[in-house]
Amino acid sequence: MSDKLSQQQEEIPADMLNKPKIQVSWQVIFSVVMYLFMYLPIFVLSLYSFNQSAYSATWEGFTLQWYGKLFSDRRILSAFQNSLTVAFSAVLISALFGTLLAVGLSRYKFPGKNLFLGVSYLPLIVPDIAIAVATLVFLAAVQIRLSLWTIVAAHIVFCLAYIALAVSTRLADLNPFLEEAALDLGASPTQAFIKVLLPQLLPGIVSGCLIAFVLSMDDFLIASFTAGTGSTTLPMEVFSRIRTGVKPDINALSVILILASGTLAFIGQYLSNKSQEKKG
Amino acid sequence: MSVSTKNPTPTNPQSQLDIRRLGSNIIGPAVLLGPAGLWLFLLLVLPTLIIFQLSLVPNIKPGDLVIPSGIENYLRVFEPIKLQVMGRSLFFSIGTTIFCLGLGFPVAYWLAQMSPKRWRNLLLLGFVLPLWTSSLLRSYAWITILRRTGLLNTVLTAIGLPALDLLNRSSAVLIGMTYSYLPYMVLILYASLEKLDKRLLEASADLGAKPLESFWKITVPQTMPGIAAGSLLVFISCMGDFVDPELLGGASSMTAARLIYNQFLGATQNWGFGSAMSMVLIMFVTVGIALLLKYGDRDVAR
Repeated sequence: MSDKLSQQQEEIPADMLNKPKIQVSWQVIFSVVMYLFMYLPIFVLSLYSFNQSAYSATWEGFTLQWYGKLFSDRRILSAFQNSLTVAFSAVLISALFGTLLAVGLSRYKFPGKNLFLGVSYLPLIVPDIAIAVATLVFLAAVQIRLSLWTIVAAHIVFCLAYIALAVSTRLADLNPFLEEAALDLGASPTQAFIKVLLPQLLPGIVSGCLIAFVLSMDDFLIASFTAGTGSTTLPMEVFSRIRTGVKPDINALSVILILASGTLAFIGQYLSNKSQEKKG
Repeated sequence: MSVSTKNPTPTNPQSQLDIRRLGSNIIGPAVLLGPAGLWLFLLLVLPTLIIFQLSLVPNIKPGDLVIPSGIENYLRVFEPIKLQVMGRSLFFSIGTTIFCLGLGFPVAYWLAQMSPKRWRNLLLLGFVLPLWTSSLLRSYAWITILRRTGLLNTVLTAIGLPALDLLNRSSAVLIGMTYSYLPYMVLILYASLEKLDKRLLEASADLGAKPLESFWKITVPQTMPGIAAGSLLVFISCMGDFVDPELLGGASSMTAARLIYNQFLGATQNWGFGSAMSMVLIMFVTVGIALLLKYGDRDVAR
């Protein structure tokens, strides 16, 4: 390696050779620092969750008491259960509607299609607070009582968009002739959809669902606007605890949630990367 | 991805090609597009129209009959205190965008052009992974780092420096927001920098350009759509951010999103004014999206 470098040095003028070398080291160091920055908060929370001291930053010995406290906390557990109910319901319905939407958008042309497309992807960009306000105002106008299910209805709006996007990306890379071949060979449109198209779309659907699930579990704003009394979700519970002070059992909760959502998101991203790589 | 709300495609009778496959002109589209379409209409389009109507009603209370009667709520947005709030939102959004661009560009450049090719996807994934952890808990983590007895001050005092009082100030909000949106910026810049033709940089170096000159004359113009897309996306997200200013900024850092929240869920219940503020926010975002579509890289505009 060093031999190669010295060989190159003879061919290239000295002042040009120095620049790329300096640039390399500068950018690597900077990037490493930014990676540390990205993982610093996660590292700090993890460390504190095992720290015996509740309110000091200094290390006072290893303990698992905060985890124990967390798992015996009824309010946290019921909030967690609510969040799971919401996320599973919203993602399930969105998976169905979102997949149909993506297939429909790829298949048909109709007047106003761009507008339709725009509205479907709007929840990806419009701030949560705007979606939250809109849903609350709508629910009040039609006088629907707030409950866990109004949160589900609101979450479907953005879950739908993420799943439709993931499926559309996958759809764009597929071979359209396979479905046509199935139809030519006598399959009914529904059969062709279920037996040919759906298996091919599955990686897109799964990765969209995982991301939508993580986002639903994480949502605080929309849930707090659309939740009825008694239907507190986990982020709502966490928010109210953070506001009332720093609690060490929240550190323990953070670590568990970060590990869980990080894993899900990683799998989701990995699947979508994988399916996009295949086309090349 | 396209987020156009304008120029719907004109009717094209020849375009309905595949429909014979489903045996009918209506059933297929209705089954595929109907459920999602209805849902989005009921819970997104219609409510936005209702907000607009509500925003025209001064001092409405939940449950009142809605009769539009003027723009008083919008005039209130221009009261000095409200302008200060909007100004603070703008300040946080612009500041965060600048920080994200400054910090994100070198990382994205390294990832897209210099990092080992085999690990590139995994490295990118590793950088954006914290994005998928709870936004509340990320803000909470910064509280534990920045508070008076937090990690930062423990380290600072240990090495003999004075403690900093960063929490519940603008600085904490800027740190938290930059942290929250940096992965988005890197993701978008990466997509743009990946397409950068390195041979042009080599050519400009051969022709005697200094690295900085090459950077401004070749790298920046070539990646401009990505820079625009990343900046606008971060800006839009910051304008609507509630969690970071609420948890890190303290009482003195009231932003537009927090003000809207208070109008609906806080002590000051004024849905009409809240709706007007919401419409103003939506307008800012719409302008952002329009600029995004005009100047941004369409491939990465999500």
